[in-house]
Amino acid sequence: MNKVVAFLGRTAGNRETAERFGIADFLAYTYLVFGVLVILVPVLWTFFSSIKPERAVDSFDTRLLPMSQIEAQIEGVGPKTVWLMTDEGGTVTEVYKAGPTRKMTDVATLEAPADVFQTPRTSLAPAEEVRIATENYLDPLLKRNGQENFNFGTYLFNSVFVTVVATLITLLINAMAAFALSKYRFRGRLTFTILIVATLLIPSSIILVSLFFVVWSFGIFGSLWGVIIPAAATPTGVFLLRQYMLTIPDELLEAARMDAASEWRIFWRIIIPLSLPALSVLAILSVIWRWNDFLWPLIVLISDPSKHTLQLGLTAFSGEFDVDFHYILAMTVVSLIPITLVFVWLQRFITTGIATTGMK
Amino acid sequence: MSEDQRPALELRDIRKSFGPVDVIHGVDLDILEGEFVVFVGPSGCGKSTLLRLIAGLEDPTSGDILLQGKRVNTVPASERGLSMVFQSYALYPHMSVRQNLSFGLENFRMPREEIARRVDDAAALLQIDALMERRPGQLSGGQRQRVAIGRAIVREPLIFLFDEPLSNLDAELRLQMRVEISNLHAELGNTMIYVTHDQIEAMTMADRIVVLRGGNIEQVGRPLDLYNNPVNKFVAGFIGAPQMNFLSGRLDGSTLSLACGVDREVPVMSHEAVTLGIRPEAIGVSLDGSGDAIVSVRNFEQLGSITYIYAAFPNGDPITVQLPEQVPLVRGQEIGVTLPTAAFHIFGEDERAMELQS
Repeated sequence: MNKVVAFLGRTAGNRETAERFGIADFLAYTYLVFGVLVILVPVLWTFFSSIKPERAVDSFDTRLLPMSQIEAQIEGVGPKTVWLMTDEGGTVTEVYKAGPTRKMTDVATLEAPADVFQTPRTSLAPAEEVRIATENYLDPLLKRNGQENFNFGTYLFNSVFVTVVATLITLLINAMAAFALSKYRFRGRLTFTILIVATLLIPSSIILVSLFFVVWSFGIFGSLWGVIIPAAATPTGVFLLRQYMLTIPDELLEAARMDAASEWRIFWRIIIPLSLPALSVLAILSVIWRWNDFLWPLIVLISDPSKHTLQLGLTAFSGEFDVDFHYILAMTVVSLIPITLVFVWLQRFITTGIATTGMK
Repeated sequence: MSEDQRPALELRDIRKSFGPVDVIHGVDLDILEGEFVVFVGPSGCGKSTLLRLIAGLEDPTSGDILLQGKRVNTVPASERGLSMVFQSYALYPHMSVRQNLSFGLENFRMPREEIARRVDDAAALLQIDALMERRPGQLSGGQRQRVAIGRAIVREPLIFLFDEPLSNLDAELRLQMRVEISNLHAELGNTMIYVTHDQIEAMTMADRIVVLRGGNIEQVGRPLDLYNNPVNKFVAGFIGAPQMNFLSGRLDGSTLSLACGVDREVPVMSHEAVTLGIRPEAIGVSLDGSGDAIVSVRNFEQLGSITYIYAAFPNGDPITVQLPEQVPLVRGQEIGVTLPTAAFHIFGEDERAMELQS
C-alpha cells in the first residue's frame, strides 16, 4: 500500500528537486487523471450498469449502486413489492399496494395483510436494498428465463477461433512483407511500401461491396474463413513492422549469411526474435480489431447463427420491440474479459523485447 | 612463398560501382593458402568493399573471384565457406554466447556432439568458456570480440575475413587482441584476410600487405619490403609511424637541390621537380649545430627510450626526427641535422619512386 502511495505521489526531477510538487507535476497529473477518466468511465459505467436489475436499467436509474426494490411473499396474496409509508407523525411502516396506484392508494401492512387502508400516493416510497443482479450474467450463460437463443459457448469459440487464427496469419504475412520491404533491395521497394500504406486512406466501408464479391467468389462466404482471410493483411501491421525492422542492423543479417543461414532461417531465427516488441504490439492490435469486429462478420456470417461471433451474438438481445439492455451490458462485460487478459499477458513482451535488442 | 602453393583466392580484374560511383577499379590479386594478408588504406579506399566482394555480401560489377580455383561469383555468401568478423561484431543479441557460436554449425545440420565439441574447443582456445550462457549485452568489448572470432573459428572456414575488428577496442586491448589474432593464425594456419586502416596493425600482423588507395592496389608486398622500398610517395607516407619526411626540391642531372637549402649529389639522373623522402629515424642530430642543415625545434616528445623532435628548416619546411635516446632539448633550440644519402627515397613528378643506383 505504501508503495502504491509512493508511486502515485511521484514528482518530476532528480533526487534533490523531486521533493517539491511543482506546476509541471500538477499539469502532468491533471492530464493523466483526465486520460484515465476518459478511458475508464465508459468501461466502469458498463460494468456498474451490468449488475443492476432489469427495472433499474430500463428506468435509467443513474445511481451508481445496483438498487433494487425488495419483494416479499404476502400471505394469501402472493409476491408483492414492498413500499415504505411515512405517516404525518414521521413513522415509517413497511406496506404493500393492495390496488392500483391512485391519488389515495389502497395499501396494507406486511404484518396485517388483510387490513387494507388508504394513504396518499406521495407518502409511499419504494423499499430498496443493494442487490447485485447476477441473473443478468447467469440467464444468458445458463440459458435460463427464456434466453436459450444465446449460445455463449459457440459464440465464444467462434470469436476465439477467428481472433487467434486471424492474428497468427496477420503476424506471419505482415512480418514476411515487412522483412522484404525493410531488408531487401529491389526495384520498386519504396513504391510498394507507399502503395501498401496508401490503402490506409481508403475507409473499409468503401470496399465493403467489392470485398463481398471477392469473398463470395472464393466460396468462403458464410464461413469463419470469410472473416479471417480478408483481414489478414493489414497495412498498419506491415508499416509498423517495417519501421521496426529497419532498426535491426544489416550486419546481423550479413553475419547470419556468413554463418551459412538460408534467408528463411534468417527470418525465423534472427528477424522474428528481434522484432518481438513490434510483433506483440501488432498482436494486441490485431486481437482487438478481430475481437471487436462487427460490421464485416455481420455481413459474412449473419445467415448462420452457429457461426456467430460474440459481438454478433449480442444482437440476439435486441428484438423488434424491446431491447434487453441488462443482458447486452452483462455480456459486453463478459466479452471484454478475454481481450483484457490478452493485453495483460502480451504487454510484458513489449518491455522485455526492448531490453534484449540493441547491438553492441 | 613457394611457386607450387596454390592460391586460396584469386581476384581477376575486379571492378565494383555503386550506381555511378566506381569504388574498385580493376583489382588483380592472388592470396596463397595459409597466408595472412592485410588490406590497408585510408578510409574510402575500397578495402572493406573488396572484403565484402570476397565474402559474397556484394556482387562485383565485373571480374572474377576464384576460391581454390573455382569461380564463385554466383555463389551466395552462405555457400562460400568463408567466415567473417565484423567491425561491430554483429553478435546475435537474443542468443547466448553458446548459441551464437553454434548457430552457424546448426545451419549445416551437423550432429549435436560435433557442434558441442567444436564450440567447446573454440571457447577453450579463446578463453570464453566461463561466458557461454551469457548474452552479448552482458559482455565487455574484448569479450564480444573473442566471441565474434570464436563464431568464425568454429566454422573451420577456407578463409577468415576480418573487417576492422579491433577499431572498437581501447588501445591496450587492441594491442593484446593483435597478438592473439597473430597467435591464432600461427595455431590454425588458415588463410586470413584482414582489413584495417591502421598501418601498425598491418605491419605487425601481415605476411603480406596490400596497400589500397581510391579503389586501386598501390603496392603488394611483405611489411618490410613496403617499408624499405615503397613504390610511390603514397605508400611511403602511409607505411611507417611517424610518417616519412617529404622535402620538395629539384633534380638537375644528379644534383638534388632541396628547397630547404641542402644540395646533394644523388645516384640518379633526371631533370625534374622531385620530392625527397627520408624516414625520421634515419636522420642524425647534433646538438652543437654541425651537420647538413640547422633546424629549430618547434616541439618534442620524450618517451624515454625514444625522442621525437618536430623541427623546421629556416624556410619553414617541417621535419620530424626520431632518436633512440634521451636528449636535453628546449623549444626554439637550434640543432644540426644530418641527412644520409643512403636513406634517401626520391619520388619524381608522377610520385613514383626513382631507382637509385647504390
